[in-house]
Amino acid sequence: MKRESERIRHTRTPVPASFLPSTSKVLVALLCLLFALSISCGKKKEDAARESAAKAERSGADLKVGLVFDVGGRGDKSFNDSAYRGLERARDELGVSFEYIEPGEGSDRESALRLLASGEAGIIFGIGFLFTDDINAIARDFPHKKFACVDYSVTPGQEIPPNLLALKFREEEASFLVGAIAALKSKTGKIGFVGGMKIPLIKKFEAGYVEGAKYVRPDIDVLVAYAGVTANAFKNPSKGKELALSQYSKGASVIFHASGSTGLGVFEAARERNGLAIGVDSDQYEEAPGHVLTSMIKDVDVAVYEAIKSVLDGTFSGGVRTLGLAEGAVSFVYDDNNRTLIDDEILDRVQQLREKIISGEIIVPST
Amino acid sequence: MDWMIVLAFISQMVRISVPYTLAAIGGTFSERGGVVNIALEGILLNGAFTCVLATHYTGNPWVGVLAAVAGGVATASVHAVVSITFKAEQIVSGLAINLLAMGATRFFLRIIFGSSSNSERIAGLPEWDVPVLGDIPVLSTIFSSPLILATIVIIFASQFVLFKTSFGLRLRSVGEHPEAADSLGVNVSRVRYAGVLLSGALAGLGGAWLAMDQHSFTDGMSSGRGYIALAAMIVGKWNPLGAAGACLMFGAAESLQMQLQGQDVPTQFIQMIPYVATVVVLAGFIGRSIPPAADGVPYEKERQ
Repeated sequence: MKRESERIRHTRTPVPASFLPSTSKVLVALLCLLFALSISCGKKKEDAARESAAKAERSGADLKVGLVFDVGGRGDKSFNDSAYRGLERARDELGVSFEYIEPGEGSDRESALRLLASGEAGIIFGIGFLFTDDINAIARDFPHKKFACVDYSVTPGQEIPPNLLALKFREEEASFLVGAIAALKSKTGKIGFVGGMKIPLIKKFEAGYVEGAKYVRPDIDVLVAYAGVTANAFKNPSKGKELALSQYSKGASVIFHASGSTGLGVFEAARERNGLAIGVDSDQYEEAPGHVLTSMIKDVDVAVYEAIKSVLDGTFSGGVRTLGLAEGAVSFVYDDNNRTLIDDEILDRVQQLREKIISGEIIVPST
Repeated sequence: MDWMIVLAFISQMVRISVPYTLAAIGGTFSERGGVVNIALEGILLNGAFTCVLATHYTGNPWVGVLAAVAGGVATASVHAVVSITFKAEQIVSGLAINLLAMGATRFFLRIIFGSSSNSERIAGLPEWDVPVLGDIPVLSTIFSSPLILATIVIIFASQFVLFKTSFGLRLRSVGEHPEAADSLGVNVSRVRYAGVLLSGALAGLGGAWLAMDQHSFTDGMSSGRGYIALAAMIVGKWNPLGAAGACLMFGAAESLQMQLQGQDVPTQFIQMIPYVATVVVLAGFIGRSIPPAADGVPYEKERQ
């Protein structure tokens, strides 16, 4: 108690300026000036911000988008980067602004979503199935905000909040096609698959791939390996490399990966063994030019962009939206880079399969 | 064909065990001198990061390797200052360094490469053409890698340094009985510093291997290897040859786990192999593993 009062008294008695040496006086003066300046500057900025916010409301075009990335983060040259492209497109074409968070492990995800939801963002994205539970809870806590979750994993019987859009892809359909390409291309009769974490979502890629390969070539041998059973399995490139190396040495001629950053190791292995690899989510040709047979594309960017657009149009509605070959949301890469790797015969065959899947003649299993 | 699979298995085992071995031998030097070093994980990560950074800016992978060693030493020096000079709890210091390394690498990755998960691709080390050994099929990939050759040399050199030189004797004495060493005129803290910094250099080199093998840096790419190295150090009874052997065993278990996937056994069981192997070996085969007597105990010089 006594101490407290002493401290207060001490702070209330300023040291008379005349006791200070002259250099200190100058310093004090300077500091005061700086302080005054910084206050006025801060105010100006605040005013400007308020003005622009008011303007935005009037024009209705200035929406702030929040996005939380999946494990792997920006620069995984795959899933997350695809989502980021959607943001960039929305910024360039629709004039929205955005902010994003790359969470680390585990619980950061929830706090990241909460942080964005309590800020200015009008729509908040969670990229990846790991967000399912968190985004469900937070969408309920912030009913006036809009949410979207890519790869949301739907639990039968569980209700989705009305302000949450669950975006799902039929990855198995495009995986079916790249599986067919791999099988037709393989000279050894063996192809490989490297998955990240062993979960139903990644299993969809595997199931489609295996099914597609067997459809065009029933005797094909598909080697399957997963990097692990935790989320860390999506960012362990050294492990991905070793898994791919052992598949190549067992005779696999093409390896398809669905494993986030872990897949960067698969491309390393393809370079080293002069083998072929198939990318996932984005066009991954640049990872190992000449060794990337094709990439199974999942247009997360289109889904993200469309969701943002729907908010601006006022057509946003919650619920589950599933996108596949028919919607053009999944596909495979065929362009100048890999034209020499895929000959016309294979391409024709795969295009036929594509038509059959769209028409419903072939139904691709997801497990 | 089967023969080739065996050779592929062996070379994979060796590749996997390289970072383990370097970190485990580093840990051995540190703990033989009486300083528990669980910062190995963070040192591996920082080593990999400085390696990628230096290679990215200079374009010369050898500079990257040197930078990895320097980065490892720098990280270890923090641990040394905290635990030797300031006599703080060594486990806490090590853990703090690991967490710091995880955060700091992400932070600088984002500043430098615009992504907090991956760096750009860097040039790798050249392959060496070694006579005779380089002619063996498949295994030639082991002997053409400068870092693997360096690791083999380091294993034997470390064994020699620790048990056949006066520095090794001093290091062991400050880890077993610092008072006795002090009374004989050994500067305890200086020798302990040497042990910890050496562990930083070796684990940093392990980080260089991770970076060079992948030609890039990925967030958290050490993935717990530092902790496995600690286990290997204990299994190897705090001696470099033993640690290297234990690391080979872990490498073999992990490689086996990869080879066995795709069979009818559930993946989850196969993923357990390396860890089950650890428990079995620790509990059953090696007998009692006794740490240096003064391991983890800060040395207080008596004052008259």
